[in-house]
Amino acid sequence: MLKVEDLTVRVGGREILKGVSLEVGEGEIVALLGPNGSGKSTLLHTIMGRPGYDLVSGRILLNGRDITDLSPYERARLGIGMVMQLPPALKGVKLRELLKRLSSVYGVDSEHLRKLSEELRASNLLDRDLHRGFSGGEMKRVELLLLAAQSPKLALLDEPDSGVDLESLPLLGRTINEIVGASDNRAREKRSAIIVTHVGKILNHIRPVNRAYVMLDGRISCFGNPRDLIEDIERYGFDECLRCLKVI
Amino acid sequence: MLSLEEIRRRAEASLSKPAPHGPDLRLEDFPVLKGHREPELHALSRMGIDPSQASYIQVDGKVLEIRSGIPGVRMYTLSGALREGVVDEHFWRAIDVDTDKYTAAAELFGGHEGYVIIAERGAKVEQPVLACLLLSTPGALQAPHNIVVVEEGAELHVITGCLTSVEAPGLHAGISEFYVKEGGRLTFTMIHQWAESTHVRPRTGVIVERGGEYVSHYVNMSPIASIQTDPKVYLVGEGARAYLSSVIVAKRESKIDIGGSVFLRAERTSAEVISKVITKDSADVTARSLISAEARGTRGHIECDGLLLSESSRILTLPALDARVDDVRLSHEAAVGRLNEEQLYYLMSKGFSEEEARGILVRGFMDVKLEGLPRPVMAQVKMALELAARGL
Repeated sequence: MLKVEDLTVRVGGREILKGVSLEVGEGEIVALLGPNGSGKSTLLHTIMGRPGYDLVSGRILLNGRDITDLSPYERARLGIGMVMQLPPALKGVKLRELLKRLSSVYGVDSEHLRKLSEELRASNLLDRDLHRGFSGGEMKRVELLLLAAQSPKLALLDEPDSGVDLESLPLLGRTINEIVGASDNRAREKRSAIIVTHVGKILNHIRPVNRAYVMLDGRISCFGNPRDLIEDIERYGFDECLRCLKVI
Repeated sequence: MLSLEEIRRRAEASLSKPAPHGPDLRLEDFPVLKGHREPELHALSRMGIDPSQASYIQVDGKVLEIRSGIPGVRMYTLSGALREGVVDEHFWRAIDVDTDKYTAAAELFGGHEGYVIIAERGAKVEQPVLACLLLSTPGALQAPHNIVVVEEGAELHVITGCLTSVEAPGLHAGISEFYVKEGGRLTFTMIHQWAESTHVRPRTGVIVERGGEYVSHYVNMSPIASIQTDPKVYLVGEGARAYLSSVIVAKRESKIDIGGSVFLRAERTSAEVISKVITKDSADVTARSLISAEARGTRGHIECDGLLLSESSRILTLPALDARVDDVRLSHEAAVGRLNEEQLYYLMSKGFSEEEARGILVRGFMDVKLEGLPRPVMAQVKMALELAARGL
């Protein structure tokens, strides 16, 4: 599905990603772990095609097609969808209007979205300006609703669990499962996701994650079974990964 | 009331008094023309106004149509109202005749034309009163003097459409005096669609008494040579309220200086002044606003948003808060700049092209409460704003 090769990226003159490579297979969910400032969000934005990011080297392939030079709009139309960690507030732009436009662009059933907005307790936000004065939890729920309206083949989720109360995690997990597609092997279309998570809480509420990568200082320092990695990180901190980096 | 002779004397003494803001114009350059050309009333449809529905139509200095037919509303031309003595208490009271050369010109050369609308005591008038002012003869001065009185407990909506039917230089210096009596409510919507060579100098004064409310919407969506105006609203009765919004799309070489001043002169009065400005090409816009709190328990808020859609346009916002007693709450927020890159990226990452994303943001920017507009007028305003937003 997605192949990232040797990405080196500068933002504002500073090198943030230093030769990152990773792969996400069809139907796979991959977790991206790492401390603040290690480059996780930068990697997702680079995959999405954020302007102003200076690509020094490397390329991005989606289903074998080189999308490195495409605009975010073209990437979205090819099936990449993103939930930003802190989406901007849009004055005068109503959630309902945006949802309607997205569902017509991507051909997603509006009745389905109406039900989902109820489940996500977002019905009362539909006629508000998008993200203006929304709480952290409201932002995440609304972003997931908008993502569902895009029905992406590859979802990039930047800390969907930050700023969210514990009781909401199962709800968010269920929604992510629905967007990415439950682990049904018979499903005709296999959807994939990269989930950036700081503490890994959301991983308990979504279908099994295939692999976790740990990013440290702009590099993928190790990868492996998500449960083991998170256990190690919880016990030893990210230093353990530094140690393991020397091994691999 | 001042005598008519005294008013005239003061006007004559002020004929060369410039306005404090905006390009200074020579009145001699804009003769008063008696005969008007065949008016092109169909131009009104550009504003969604059906001429047959209008209660008042004035072309240059001549009143073509005046009819009320709306229960609870009396209509006069100003000269007629002065003859009958129905506006003696309201003639040059909310605005001083010697404010500047444009108020003077209106008094001396306007021929006392303009509309007088009186909403009778307690009348809740649902149907908006439509008034149209056309500038038709090239180079002419049009200086109507309008007076609206909303009597106690009455409610009224006046929509004024001003436009030029020919592309020719001209000067429109309109006087508007509004009086909202106790518990009354006036909504006034002004839509300007002048020609690129027209100069406009409206002078507006509003006096709102106890518990009354004044709501003003101003929309300007076509290029203009210059406009300078600073409506003044005086809340003189306890609990009176004012809401002023303006939406300005400034294109080409337009020079626009638009203000809005509210004076909170009685306890617990409150005001909100909102302006949304979009500039393109080489347009130059100054957006002024003032809330002056002169009594206890008053509240005011100013919001100025400016969006520059070209490199050579300019927006200057000057929000001013003047607190003269301590028990007041005044605030303002202002933001001026070009479209936010992060917001554009956000929308593009959802699958909107750059052009679509810009359109969504610009429409959102201009999203402002425009209540009570008849559907065709609203549709025209929305379409004009939409076209302006897309650069057409």
